[in-house]
Amino acid sequence: MIKFTLNGRTVETDAPATARLLDLLRDEFELIGTKEGCGEGECGACSVFVNNLLQNSCLIPIGSIAGADIQTIEGIIETEQFKILDESYSIAGGVQCGYCIPGMIMASAALLSENPHPSEAEIREGISGNLCRCTGYNMIVEAINLAAKKGDGL
Amino acid sequence: MNLKDISTSVPKKDHKGKVSGQLPYISDVKVENMVYGVLYRSPIAYGKIISIQLPNLPDGYEAVGAEHIPGPNYVKIIKEDQPIFANEWVNYIGEPILMLTGKDLDILYSLLNEVKVEFEEHQAIYTLDEAIKQKSVSLVLASYEFGESLENISAIEQGAHQIIEEEYDTGYQEHVYLEPQGMLAVYKDDEIVVQGSMQCLYYIKNALLSALACGDDEVRVVQSPTGGGFGGKEDYPSMMACHVAVAARAVKKSVMLVFDRSEDMLVTTKRHPAKLKYRTALDKEGNILSMYVDIFLDGGANVGLSSVVLQRALLNSAGVYKIPHFHAKGYVLKTNTVPNGAFRGFGAPQSFAGIESHIGHLSKLAKIDPLAYKRKYLVKQGDPTITKGKFRDPILVEEMIEDVLNVSEYKKKKEDFQRLNQQNQRYKKGIGTSLFLHGCGFTGSGERDHIKAKVKLVKSKDDQVSLKISNSDMGQGILTTLCKIVAKELNLPFEDILYPYPDTKEVPDSGPTVASRTTMIVGKLLERAAKKLKNQWQTGVEQEVVEHYVHREMIPWDEKTFTGDAYPAYSWGVNIVEVEVDTLTGNLKLEKVYGNYEVGKVIDERIMKGQIDGGLAQGLAYGYLEKMTSKQGRIQQKSISDYGPPTSLDIVSIESKVFDNPYADGPYGAKGAGELTLIGGAPAVQAAIEDALHTSFQQIPITPEVIIESLWMKEGEEG
Repeated sequence: MIKFTLNGRTVETDAPATARLLDLLRDEFELIGTKEGCGEGECGACSVFVNNLLQNSCLIPIGSIAGADIQTIEGIIETEQFKILDESYSIAGGVQCGYCIPGMIMASAALLSENPHPSEAEIREGISGNLCRCTGYNMIVEAINLAAKKGDGL
Repeated sequence: MNLKDISTSVPKKDHKGKVSGQLPYISDVKVENMVYGVLYRSPIAYGKIISIQLPNLPDGYEAVGAEHIPGPNYVKIIKEDQPIFANEWVNYIGEPILMLTGKDLDILYSLLNEVKVEFEEHQAIYTLDEAIKQKSVSLVLASYEFGESLENISAIEQGAHQIIEEEYDTGYQEHVYLEPQGMLAVYKDDEIVVQGSMQCLYYIKNALLSALACGDDEVRVVQSPTGGGFGGKEDYPSMMACHVAVAARAVKKSVMLVFDRSEDMLVTTKRHPAKLKYRTALDKEGNILSMYVDIFLDGGANVGLSSVVLQRALLNSAGVYKIPHFHAKGYVLKTNTVPNGAFRGFGAPQSFAGIESHIGHLSKLAKIDPLAYKRKYLVKQGDPTITKGKFRDPILVEEMIEDVLNVSEYKKKKEDFQRLNQQNQRYKKGIGTSLFLHGCGFTGSGERDHIKAKVKLVKSKDDQVSLKISNSDMGQGILTTLCKIVAKELNLPFEDILYPYPDTKEVPDSGPTVASRTTMIVGKLLERAAKKLKNQWQTGVEQEVVEHYVHREMIPWDEKTFTGDAYPAYSWGVNIVEVEVDTLTGNLKLEKVYGNYEVGKVIDERIMKGQIDGGLAQGLAYGYLEKMTSKQGRIQQKSISDYGPPTSLDIVSIESKVFDNPYADGPYGAKGAGELTLIGGAPAVQAAIEDALHTSFQQIPITPEVIIESLWMKEGEEG
């Protein structure tokens, strides 16, 4: 039995310690916002926060998260920061097929929490672990830049 | 909807569901009584199946193969050459032979390891070069030839000052849509509902009607939110749909088939590798007298859509130029490799990479700036096309070139870079251009003879209007743009126009979502339908209108002689790219990218910008970054990191502009836009690298290895 905090709630699971956190979130807890794009930590579509750090959930065996604080996109939807990112992505046109977007939002949130006013180069660096095949990234970079201005420290 | 200008952007219809991650893609769906399917695939490239031995299957686990297919054993696309489950011959590594179904994926994968198939292996053909060398008619999957007579061409060549021959190679390109392919067949007693990630609902439905040999009301196809397509979900999903539907029928359960990334990269269709040969006669000043082009496409093991891809490659073989005497010939050749298929641009990116490269090299011989040389040959309104059609509409390319020259300070940079490069031994800067077009919609008479698109608008009692069409939003934004067209026409709020994910039970066949046809062709039909509805409008009453495609006759297209108007309209583009090459490592850095485009009239500026940036990123990467190879019939890159699509650090901001030039047969004047944006990337990157290094390349992608090798060669030549 592994016990951890998921989006602010204490939960437990009987899944084997070698199971991937990604599968646990999607199958057992039905949190579909965490997507699988590659299964090898390359694309970032499965990004979550583990103890407030951005991680690829496809690379995490659940044995390693006992007692940890896990947050998925569903866990941040109510935050002020998400609302600003949501609006900024809409204005900048950062969303096309949408499959990379929850992971991209998580990466954006992680970046802005650590560095509220990033330069363009810092934004590119901050999302470099998240692949997007539709946008060519520029409108996502613009969205984060916009969110940084609007959020001003959020 | 009270937009003064249709181009003014509106919030996207699907934004909320996507940004929150709560819009369910196919892999997010679970239905009652659902099992998974996994495929046993051929481990050899070419051979005969002698016997199949299955392991003991636990309760609830079943095997499905060719014997379970009620109809003929092929995936209906164009020709009947692609088996659903191979049961006699296998033609490539990864070809599906049978499916195992059951509840638990781990158990399924371990059972898959225990399947034993005995083959009689035969000598396979692994590469396009081998296939070309064989010169065997049996390897030709398709071929076309057209243009001026060979007698005329050779007479001109005999009188020429010089004949230049070049060979140019392009590699595979992998789509890397972020959402891997996935398909689900929901089993019901009287109906199979197939849903999944797709571009072409009726291609799938027709493939299912054939495979299941069933009545029209026994299968239904529903599109799920689709995480990127780029052509990769044009033809391939038909095969997956046949797999899950046949399996669902056989095991009487719902069957889900979802690929992981490595399976997706190893077995799904890719952009055709190509070899292009040019033979050009020049006069003393370096002017072009005649040109002869040969194109070879690696079709892979089945023809699939390759014949149509070849048509587009040939139709673009002279680029945007009026070549005095022109002849072209093309072949799709069979190799024992993964079948190649549709990819944004559909044969045009290979042709434009080749012709832009060749013309660039000719300009060096003539000692004229490449862009100045290209402009001498630019087609003008009223000029004939290479197939004796006509460029009917105004062409703004000259204006677009002038503008981008100013914005990019091209001339100044050319000089600055030369000076800088003399001072800097290691880092060399270069600037290059590309000029390109894209024929909008299906080639030739495809819309009139094959697609025959039909659209429907349905108005509810509360005066909301739903779009009933079979086209897929795969990220390109048609949920928004097509609703905008109808909203503006009916003068209704954007929110009152609905476009639910299409279901063949509800929507007529408005054609596939391909060929940059959706906005121009389907959008126009919707505009007409909306006008009709407006005329009949009765508040508070349910109403329905239908519109059918009407073909504007031009010079009729004849596929046999390859003559006539191949496309009703063309979209145009100009790119300028600046690079810096590290001559020590061969690494390339993009520094600046510019793009000017003409797509008739933009339906939504922000969405168009997304198409420009995304398409150009794919096109640039096709030229220098993305490399996929196959060895002994096996794809060598099975992960994203092996393949290397661009990250946010590879791409720079793109300065782009779109020119208005409304087209009479497009909605509000719109033409196609989605594919155009990819085409200019690779040739402009190549031209920029050549400018930086003062050398010539005959291939893409120009990876660091290719750059280093060419620098060594140059050093050797210069002693």
